[in-house]
Amino acid sequence: MKTAPLMRVVGISKRLGGRVILDSIHLDLFKGQTKVLIGPSGGGKSTLLQCMNLLLTPDSGFIELEGRTIDPRNKRELYAFRQQVGMIFQDFNLFDHLTALDNVAIALRKVRGWSRREAEARAMEELARVGLADKARLYPAELSGGQKQRVSIARALAMDPKVMLLDEPTSALDPELVTEVLAVIRALAQAGMTMVMATHQMGFARALADEVLFMEAGRIIEQDSPTALLAPGSGTRTLDFCSQLAEGL
Amino acid sequence: MQEMLTVLWEAAPFIVQGAGVTAVAVVGAMFLGLAIGVPVAVAQTYGPAILGRIASVYVWFFRGIPILVLLFLFYFGLFSWIGLNLSALAATVLVLGMTSGAYQSQIFRGAILALPQGQFKAALALGMSESQAVRAIILPQALRLSIPGWSNEYSILLKDSALAFVLGTSEIMARTHFVATRTYQHLPLYAMAAVLYFLLTWAGVSGLRWLERRVRIKGYGEVA
Amino acid sequence: MMNEWDFFLHRLVPALNQGLVITISLIVPSALLGLLGGVVVGSLRVYGGPLWGRLASAYAAVFRGTPLVIQLFMLYFGLPNLGITLSPYAAAVIGFTLCSAAYHSEYVRGGLRAVRRGQLLAAQALGFSTWKSLVWIVIPQAVRKALPGCGNEIIYLIKYSSLAYVVTCFELTGQAKIVASESFRFSEVFLVAGMYYLAMVTVASKALQWIERRLAIPGFGTL
Repeated sequence: MKTAPLMRVVGISKRLGGRVILDSIHLDLFKGQTKVLIGPSGGGKSTLLQCMNLLLTPDSGFIELEGRTIDPRNKRELYAFRQQVGMIFQDFNLFDHLTALDNVAIALRKVRGWSRREAEARAMEELARVGLADKARLYPAELSGGQKQRVSIARALAMDPKVMLLDEPTSALDPELVTEVLAVIRALAQAGMTMVMATHQMGFARALADEVLFMEAGRIIEQDSPTALLAPGSGTRTLDFCSQLAEGL
Repeated sequence: MQEMLTVLWEAAPFIVQGAGVTAVAVVGAMFLGLAIGVPVAVAQTYGPAILGRIASVYVWFFRGIPILVLLFLFYFGLFSWIGLNLSALAATVLVLGMTSGAYQSQIFRGAILALPQGQFKAALALGMSESQAVRAIILPQALRLSIPGWSNEYSILLKDSALAFVLGTSEIMARTHFVATRTYQHLPLYAMAAVLYFLLTWAGVSGLRWLERRVRIKGYGEVA
Repeated sequence: MMNEWDFFLHRLVPALNQGLVITISLIVPSALLGLLGGVVVGSLRVYGGPLWGRLASAYAAVFRGTPLVIQLFMLYFGLPNLGITLSPYAAAVIGFTLCSAAYHSEYVRGGLRAVRRGQLLAAQALGFSTWKSLVWIVIPQAVRKALPGCGNEIIYLIKYSSLAYVVTCFELTGQAKIVASESFRFSEVFLVAGMYYLAMVTVASKALQWIERRLAIPGFGTL
């Protein structure tokens, strides 16, 4: 028997400022899967990820988690859903007034209602997992870009998410800092985390993605394993795009 | 000259005692203004459209009418019209506080808008409700960014509080006026009051600068 | 009912209109002279050298650090102690001018300071004289930087012109006080007077926004 998907995106469309950004997107995400979103900027990747966390409410279509349809108008259900779906942003969005430790602990305390002690102990564990235990007391302004992004990953992981959504997590980083962040994400994938990640890191996609989704003009126009889509001479839009990327570099 | 010095010497304790009343008026109005200003700013930035509208009308009203007119309007008019019988000092605190609320809301609003929007989104993505995100993430930062604006607001309130003498609030200005009309030593007496206001401005601004250093976060706000 | 209309149309509105004329005749000269004074004091604070710079800064600190009502009282009630007597109107205009000049000088100074040193160097490298680089390079930038602050200052002046009443210059607020005291209709009278000020302030802020937009340069001075 085939297992049911962990998360489903069913026919989601979104218009922003009169423009169609997402045009009835379907996506089934199975437990432990890593899917990579690629495509030109403005193609709708970021909007799709934000709709998947219901940070943006889709105009039509719906999101299912473990067979349950989430009603975004039901606030309680919405907040509970977002806790289970971690989100990593391109520009980190760390809380500037809190130390690295507090950045990770605050949602445990305010959302989960944990005591400060419990929350900080857990936050320390997560910071250690991303290799930043010694930076716990520093403020965001004292961290490098790569360290900030690792803190933001620890912050998401502390909520025990079932799915992680990563929106170009390395695009805002200086090239020499990309590796440390990718290493953390790679470890997550190998540990069995279910993930959807928008990225231009093709080497990473090739090595880790179960599936590559090529998005353009609000639609997923190609969808297959990286080996199939990126095979030389396959003539896919994905291959074409990636070779342009490579030339750009 | 001799007479002037005698008047100053004898009037000084009486006038300086007015500083206590002035301080009550200013500090009371600061806090009332804070209590009004924060929700008004949040309504204008994160609130539903209708609340934002109401907040904007409030701000427009209190920023567009002179304090003197507001003092007359509320003390002689509206307060007694709704059956509220207030002392001159209480009325002063209320009117200055409501006005300051309008100005303070614009300080907070500016601070909120200066924060990177992504942090609010990140808080929601962690499962916080909108009001949790505003309380735990937005306000602690916005309040810090607001301290320089507050310090400015304090010195404005201090100076505006001198207008309360028209209601007979017994603060510095009213006491000076009282002595001056009886002794005809207007110039030296008002000069003394001016010095007193100047010192109070300086004291308050230094206090807020101390607070700003106390709550500073390393590397934070240096770009802002 | 007729009585109400009578009061509004034949007593309140004519009195307030009369006050409005005086209010405007207080604001216009005070705003212009205050701005001029602010430019002088602000320039002295930046380019005046140690002595003039210090004096100008002290002037601004004193007038910004003390209540306007005390400044007015010193001019109107205090100067007679020295044998100088001013009319209420003159005391008000002089007081408003001196005080707004102090506030304007702050924005003028900020505007001048904000013009980066490199701009002057570049102008000089191109062969501009000091005077010409001031006129063509510094002032156009400084004016745009100082405009929002100076504009707000003029809006403040509209409201603070009501203080002329305390030195017995019967402008809008003074007229309202007279009508209110004889009719005991404090709420109505001061609400209507408040509307007069709201109208003036709203028109002035719209005008300021319009000027700011007209002078806006992409990417310049976005703070």
